[in-house]
Amino acid sequence: MFEQLANLLIYHWGGLSPTSQLGAALHFFVMDTTKILVMLVLIIYLMGLFRTLLSPEKVREYIRGRSTALARIFAVTLGAVTPFCSCSSIPLFIGFVEAGIPLGVTFSFLIASPMINEVAVVLLIGLLGWQLTFFYVAAGLTVAYVGGALLERFHPEQWVEPYVWKIQMGVVTSPARDTSWRGRHEFALGEVEEIVGRIWPWVLIGIGVGAAVHGYVPQTWAETLAGKDNFLTVPLAVLIGIPLYSNAVGVIPLAEAMLNKGAAVGTTLALMMSIAAISLPELIMLRKVIRWPGLLLFVAVLTMAIILVGWTFNLLT
Amino acid sequence: MKQIKVLGSGCANCKTTYTRIEQVAQDQGLKIMLEKVEDLAAIMSYGVMSTPAVVIDNKVVHAGGVPAKAKIAEWLTV
Repeated sequence: MFEQLANLLIYHWGGLSPTSQLGAALHFFVMDTTKILVMLVLIIYLMGLFRTLLSPEKVREYIRGRSTALARIFAVTLGAVTPFCSCSSIPLFIGFVEAGIPLGVTFSFLIASPMINEVAVVLLIGLLGWQLTFFYVAAGLTVAYVGGALLERFHPEQWVEPYVWKIQMGVVTSPARDTSWRGRHEFALGEVEEIVGRIWPWVLIGIGVGAAVHGYVPQTWAETLAGKDNFLTVPLAVLIGIPLYSNAVGVIPLAEAMLNKGAAVGTTLALMMSIAAISLPELIMLRKVIRWPGLLLFVAVLTMAIILVGWTFNLLT
Repeated sequence: MKQIKVLGSGCANCKTTYTRIEQVAQDQGLKIMLEKVEDLAAIMSYGVMSTPAVVIDNKVVHAGGVPAKAKIAEWLTV
């Protein structure tokens, strides 16, 4: 359906040839924009209808007091399924610290959360297929688990701002939710408005870059530069991804275009994870509670973990 | 007069929440005391981990995300 629409708009009415670079790029742009927009609205609405909100407050109660390994497994899984606005990172961090949850476990949660979420997963399945979705989720969970465990070894407590330890949290009160169908419908509509309103610039940029790659990058380039035999492209992709920041949904069209051009799976996954997981806005926010050496270590550990994941996938596929 | 506090560390969603409450109160012709709480220790003292959160007369009525206008109107008129 979306392909027909793009065919009609670009080739038929626009008079562009499918073999021209501009034609191919615009076709990709129209097809992905319409497809992703429709999917986003549908997915977010449906999830809003059926979700009994899993709040960070509940996550905290699940994790507190468990053994470290178990707590980390919980933190990583819950991080993947709990949506939270990155503006909540700080209260969340302090809340976890206050509950006596080890810092490494908190880091695992903070790594998993932006990388994996249900909207990104459904879109990945729709655009790239089951297999790649499974790879991405497995790789993301691994990076979050291993990254948090490694950070723990460096005793990150030493870099936490002293005032954090003094904060006393009040009794957690979660306001009751309206569970009637009317209430659910309103909640779901609100979710669509809020999430689409927040992420659409990232998604459009992602589709734009994807369309440029699709139309203008020659197949041979992608195969030689980002092919699996080139050992250096994985670290390079991760380094490029660090200063770039996008929502997890926004990187999917870019990945789609790269894979179509013959870029290696590991390299593509590494770029996606680095763009979604390491972001400057989040680091600046975390700076309120952690001093720079701790943050740099956080970035370094994540970078290495993602590079290792990229290499592993390139070896396996 | 209702005392309303918006808890949040100054993110975009928190600002939207604040102006939206202001707007609804104005539309309904209600007088309220609206206040932003940006101090982390103060936010945490309400037991809230997801921001923006809304506190009315010292009771948390909402946490995490921008509340809908209809919801706000409901809070203000009860």
